[in-house]
Amino acid sequence: MIGRPPGEPRRVAYLFLLPAFLVYAAFLLYPIGRAVHLSLYDWDGLSLGRWVGLANYAAIVADERLRAAFGHALVLMAFYALAPLAIGLTLAAILNHAKVRGLGFFRTVVFLPQVVAMVVVAVAWRRVYAPDGTLNDLLGAVGLDSLTRGWLGDYTFALPAVGVVGTWFETGLVTVLLLAGMSRIPTELYEAARLDGAGALREFFAVTLPSVRGEIAVALTLTVIAALRTFDLVYITTRGGPGDSTSVPSYEVYHRAFGLGQVGSAAAIGVTLTVAIFAISFVINRFADRGVS
Amino acid sequence: MISRSERLANYVILTAFAAFALFPILTILLAALGPDDSAGPARQGFSVAGLHMGNFAAAWEIGRFGTYLRSSLAVSLFVVVVSVVLSIMSGYAFGTMRFRGQSVLFYLFLLGIMMPSEAIAVPLYFDLRTLGMIDTFWSVALPQVALSVAFGTFWMRAYFRASSRAIVEAARIDGASVWRILWQVLVPPARPAIVTLTVLVFMWTWNEFLIPLIMVTDESLRTAPLGLAFFQGQYTSGFTLLAAGSVIVATPVVIFYLFLQRHFIRGLLQGAVRE
Repeated sequence: MIGRPPGEPRRVAYLFLLPAFLVYAAFLLYPIGRAVHLSLYDWDGLSLGRWVGLANYAAIVADERLRAAFGHALVLMAFYALAPLAIGLTLAAILNHAKVRGLGFFRTVVFLPQVVAMVVVAVAWRRVYAPDGTLNDLLGAVGLDSLTRGWLGDYTFALPAVGVVGTWFETGLVTVLLLAGMSRIPTELYEAARLDGAGALREFFAVTLPSVRGEIAVALTLTVIAALRTFDLVYITTRGGPGDSTSVPSYEVYHRAFGLGQVGSAAAIGVTLTVAIFAISFVINRFADRGVS
Repeated sequence: MISRSERLANYVILTAFAAFALFPILTILLAALGPDDSAGPARQGFSVAGLHMGNFAAAWEIGRFGTYLRSSLAVSLFVVVVSVVLSIMSGYAFGTMRFRGQSVLFYLFLLGIMMPSEAIAVPLYFDLRTLGMIDTFWSVALPQVALSVAFGTFWMRAYFRASSRAIVEAARIDGASVWRILWQVLVPPARPAIVTLTVLVFMWTWNEFLIPLIMVTDESLRTAPLGLAFFQGQYTSGFTLLAAGSVIVATPVVIFYLFLQRHFIRGLLQGAVRE
């Protein structure tokens, strides 16, 4: 919540706000308003648009391909949010107790995927998944030739393959975030748990997990939003294919506006995506605030 | 006390995980430094200690990365400088002053932190097309300034709110103007916060793909990630030069990261909910 700001009433504040607000209003607030406006039309971007009311939104539920795209986003959430959270909690709990040297180096390394451009990440993983790529080489080396395939061209495996990339680049962020949270837990809490005769597992569930609820909420918010917005990765690796097995909402926005000439539909998906992001952030953070603090 | 076997197990887990994190990155690096695998006449440039540095020169030339890097640098510099200066000013107003409509205005800025660029890029494209601004530097830079200013305002406001009131009051009693108080009293100690904001905005801008993809068809305006995507689409004879191009695109941010990693990690961990 916004408390009472310090300082006195000063009208000069408007002058300081003005430049930032002008750019912001022209290039963000106005476009989002326009997106809502465009989403009520059937428009190909060239000729005159036709008012269709909420039909573009209804299509998100009714249209098979669009339903699939939002369904794929849900599948990706498991890979982008839940898997990194499970791995991150395990890793951070181990690291927090262990007095290992080289923790700084480890942190630098696992955080690196966050920094490299998504386009570069996508090019790298395309190589890993290619029919003659790194993954198949590894499988061949351990005698599992029967499993080799073109991973990104496979109807069954393309979506999980994209998901694993998400797991790969979110896990480092989540781990570092949870580590920061766990390092702030007072040692007295652990000592008290020990005195009560708690084992390592009980200690984790009774002390560690409740203490990092806030960090878990932030991690889930960031990763779920990332799962909803996998444009670069899908554009480079699969273009939504094979068929539409890896289409996701953010790719559909682009594809419909600039590939199919369905600007109204693209705007409606964009608006829906925005609403979904706000709603998810709100719900996750409400959950984090509740319960015993 | 930790037993030795437990410590060993921890190192094994750490190493395994670090390997997983580095594996795709190493795939690219090794390919970029290996012999050229394209089907054409072998273009073995100079190599150092068995590392084929010539691949970078070849990729630079064939993939036209010189042009793309120049374009990326211009866009990133503009977006960083403008959005950091504007964010400092608006954060100052929100953090140290009171005025009517303050909460409403601040919530408006907060909206932008989570706004996906997918939602605004499509209407922006058609409105800028009407204005004849598509395929210009401004169509790539200004939307990213708007996105960055949302986060930057939030970030600088949090810093200025926590800054010392007494110093500001003392400066005011000494007769310093509002403008001078900001730049000479508040900004110097804010340097760490400003550096963090700078590296985050630089990284987001350098790595941005969707906005330049939609706004630019002119090759001279293509940014580095966009150039790499096109290079991948056109250059199909082997992987070596593509890998070299990827390294060229990733390097500027990675170098920054290795020097300023504390700022990167702190910024991203403090709830930077614009990814």
